[in-house]
Amino acid sequence: MSQAAPNLAESEGNLIVLSGVPLLADPRGALYWPEHRLLAVADLHLEKGSSFAARGQLLPPYDTASTLACLSALITDYSPRCVAAVGDSFHDGGGPARLRDADRDNLTRLQRGRDWIWITGNHDPEPAPGIGGVFQETLRVDRLTFRHEPKGGSGEVSGHLHPVARIAHRGNAVSRRCFAADTTRLVLPAFGALTGGLNVRDAAFADLFGTLAFKAYLLGDGRIYSFMAKRCLPD
Amino acid sequence: MEPARDLFNATPQLPDVFVRWFASRGWQVRAHQLALLAKANAGRSALLIAPTGGGKTLAGFLPTLVELNERGIRSRNLKSTGRALLRSQGLHTLYISPLKALAVDIARNLEIPVQEMGLPVRLETRTGDTPASKRQRQRRDPPDILLTTPEQLALLLASADAPYMFGALKRVVLDELHALVTSKRGDLLSLGLARLFKLAPELTTIGLSATVAEPDELRRFLVPQPTHDRAHADLVTAQAGAQPIVTMLDTEEHLPWAGHSARHALGEIYAHIKTHKTTLVFVNTRSQAEFLFQELWRANDDNLAIALHHGSLDVAQRRRVEEAMASGRLRAVVCTSSLDLGVDWGDVDLVINVGAPKGCSRLLQRIGRSNHRLDEPSEAVLVPANRFEVLECRAAIDAVAENAQDTPPLRTGALDVLAQHILGRACGEPFIAEELYAEIRAAAPYAALSRADFDAAVDFVATGGYALKAYERFAKIRRGKDGRWHITHPRVAQRYRMNVGTIVEADMIKVRLVRSRRSGAIVPRGGRLLGEVEEYFIETLRPGDTFVFAGEILKYEALVEDEAYVSRSDATDPKVPAYEGGKFPLSTYLAARVRAILAKPEAWRALPEQVREWLEIQQWRSVLPKAGDLLVETFPRAANYYLVCYPFEGRLAHQTLGMLLTRRLERARLRPLGFVANEYALAVWGLGDIALHIKRGDFSLAQLFDEDMLGDDLEAWLAESALMKRTFRSCAIIAGLIEKRFPGEEKSRRQLTISTDLVYDVLRKHQPDHILLRAARSDAATGLLDIKRLGEMLSRIRGRIVHKALDHVSPLSVPVLLEIGRETVHGEASDTLLAEAADELIKEAMS
Repeated sequence: MSQAAPNLAESEGNLIVLSGVPLLADPRGALYWPEHRLLAVADLHLEKGSSFAARGQLLPPYDTASTLACLSALITDYSPRCVAAVGDSFHDGGGPARLRDADRDNLTRLQRGRDWIWITGNHDPEPAPGIGGVFQETLRVDRLTFRHEPKGGSGEVSGHLHPVARIAHRGNAVSRRCFAADTTRLVLPAFGALTGGLNVRDAAFADLFGTLAFKAYLLGDGRIYSFMAKRCLPD
Repeated sequence: MEPARDLFNATPQLPDVFVRWFASRGWQVRAHQLALLAKANAGRSALLIAPTGGGKTLAGFLPTLVELNERGIRSRNLKSTGRALLRSQGLHTLYISPLKALAVDIARNLEIPVQEMGLPVRLETRTGDTPASKRQRQRRDPPDILLTTPEQLALLLASADAPYMFGALKRVVLDELHALVTSKRGDLLSLGLARLFKLAPELTTIGLSATVAEPDELRRFLVPQPTHDRAHADLVTAQAGAQPIVTMLDTEEHLPWAGHSARHALGEIYAHIKTHKTTLVFVNTRSQAEFLFQELWRANDDNLAIALHHGSLDVAQRRRVEEAMASGRLRAVVCTSSLDLGVDWGDVDLVINVGAPKGCSRLLQRIGRSNHRLDEPSEAVLVPANRFEVLECRAAIDAVAENAQDTPPLRTGALDVLAQHILGRACGEPFIAEELYAEIRAAAPYAALSRADFDAAVDFVATGGYALKAYERFAKIRRGKDGRWHITHPRVAQRYRMNVGTIVEADMIKVRLVRSRRSGAIVPRGGRLLGEVEEYFIETLRPGDTFVFAGEILKYEALVEDEAYVSRSDATDPKVPAYEGGKFPLSTYLAARVRAILAKPEAWRALPEQVREWLEIQQWRSVLPKAGDLLVETFPRAANYYLVCYPFEGRLAHQTLGMLLTRRLERARLRPLGFVANEYALAVWGLGDIALHIKRGDFSLAQLFDEDMLGDDLEAWLAESALMKRTFRSCAIIAGLIEKRFPGEEKSRRQLTISTDLVYDVLRKHQPDHILLRAARSDAATGLLDIKRLGEMLSRIRGRIVHKALDHVSPLSVPVLLEIGRETVHGEASDTLLAEAADELIKEAMS
């Protein structure tokens, strides 16, 4: 049954109960479902650097390697049976073809011995050859539904919005990626190394949750800091 | 230095028309004006050092006006053959100023002699505001004199017709050179100048400058540098004006221990304004300017015309103040460094400097704003806002009396600016790397540029400079079969032109006045624009917070796109006190003088009694360090243990020191909780009793302050430092990695699809020696982190730490301890902050 990460004990701070299902929010930006040994990450935006480069802004070509290294560490820690990449896994449709060999090999290695589900996103709506895994628009497991763009249904885990929250204290403001969740819906933080964010006080979140009665779980150094959305600063 | 007078005899007479004009104005030609003319006649480049009001600008243009007059007479005699002749003459003189407004004003002032003497001279300005049609015409048919800015020069040079436009250029006049060379704009200008020397074989330069510490460095800036030697322009020094009369306000009131408001001296400042015709009141930050302006109006029973001027105010408002000032309608202007440079004012007869002078050259330039008649002394009053500032004012007055200068040394050219220039050169015409390298090294700031760094910059421009050669097919410039580097697509040049320049201010948010909204409804656009503030200031506000801006107490309502909506507030005290802007660190030179005063009790006689007493009690309770020593005091207070040291190296260096010391104390398990820094001192507090550990011999201050903190500790901190990320961001934008503007749209950082912080993290992890990281590190050495100065301090105090273990607070430590709670404690975004905020919530919930 449940297998927690060796160095990440279940604690109140990291625990999010969604539609009655206990989930672990990892401060590195992934969601782990112990019961099904399922690891979910969203918005990897692989090959974002090269996507910009093709349009004339020569951003570092290291984002894919960086993102996969973080993912690799999580997979080592949790040893999940299934990995769900919740959409926008590549920054554009040409991304899979631009993968460097080393990164492609690394990806193949990570997929070995487990299910790998590419949920399609708005940046990568089409299945792509040569990157393994299976392609699905949504993934339903038990009471939960994983899809890229949130629709607001009960038990929904989504990405797309790249939530970021800002907390001010003593004249300083700290901005971090975060999970945004109430008791029935959850938006994953963007996982990609070059992926920016949208403030949780943006109208998009109010539309989704209906009110400000949701929480932001900020990614800290080795732990999660949770705040009510109304305590977070707008942009 | 070469006195101007000796050149008098060698000087050719001015043409009659000029002599008559000077006489008609009741002026006498000044010795330095003639000396500069002689240099120009001899085909020499020259640096003119003259105080404000010395007829500096006219001196700079006199050679050009004389030459154009002669050229006009010659061409009349030649019986013009029409366009061909006109064309062969082309642009004669290029004038470059650091301020757009200054270029426009100088043009206006220059029209007067040109018209009154009927000179055949066409002069025009070219700034960001010049309409496109006029710009095109200027390229086709250049005026005789073009007045412009470093950015516009870069743009002109990046076009294919630059050789045509500048081929016949005779002279470049660089105004306020002392101010230009201290920034990246100076780097950009030096590279443009190097290009001009190549394009125009007959070119000479004239630099105009206030007095500086090292005139030789400015002289190098003005001429091409040979490969293995140093070349200097000639030097002309104008006679200094009368020695200024500088005094310190000896207040009747209680002198505050800390703070920068000078509230105590308000009545005395007002009295000075009342007894003078026109007073300039200089302060160091915008928040001080706002505060003082408001308080002065509160005390303004006589309804004197007192105005406010700082760089964040709306341009139109600033212009109105400047015009009112020039026409003598104002009794006083409260201003920041926005008035340090520039346009001549009416009859200012008093300069009041509120707060710390920071540097003596800076103070001298401010004092120079008063009384433009050279033979009469300028009058200035220094108003220290707290006790430490009294020491600094005293040191500055002594330094001014000795005419000492502490302007910073010439910069080493920045690599990000180099990258921008290389792309600009390729946009102009294809270049051969060897030739461009030689051309660039002729610019003084880049004289020591290594070939490896140059090649790295070319590689960066071409494909991003990544060790992982992934972007060959996306290259912006490429070497062709002829060995020349050229742009790969016209779009590259278009984008270069939209992003040229080195001024990357913090992103600014427009402040718009609207009616307070009671409901949550969105306020419609269109209220009055008050000015701009830094985005990071707005980021710390919550709706409802009050702050002072544009002379009023305002309530923050909302951020709508790139505008902050504010409403008038009836609050009498703003909730958010600090809106910092324009902080300069105390100059190393003045700092040394302050330390010397502290170390010498006989020097205290010149200090106000309150300050003398304070120092005497300090001497009795603790100790006052010798000039070269670092005093470190430790004492318990409430539940914490404090460590206070007094390096006098400025707030920026102290903040960096604070970050590094807390890391080390953390490692030594002394459980530091926070620190606070001001210009003079740094206080760190925590749960561990440092004095006890020193006594037991298991902890040493020599180790704590060891220079090796600039190794791994610094590296570890830089990885997460928000200041470092801000530094990197500006390098990335200047170098063109991140483009702020795309054709047809302008993006602010809010809309940028990529965050430079993330780029920084990725790059740091994968290619720590990337050219942009090197550029950012070199900026950090002198900029927001002031690491270089910290390094010099650590080496200075090695073996000279004086530890005093006290059982309670020392008098000298009071000012910095009072900053706790008033100043941001960390200056860094960190987990500690999140943890505290979370705990605070828990406390609220439990109480």
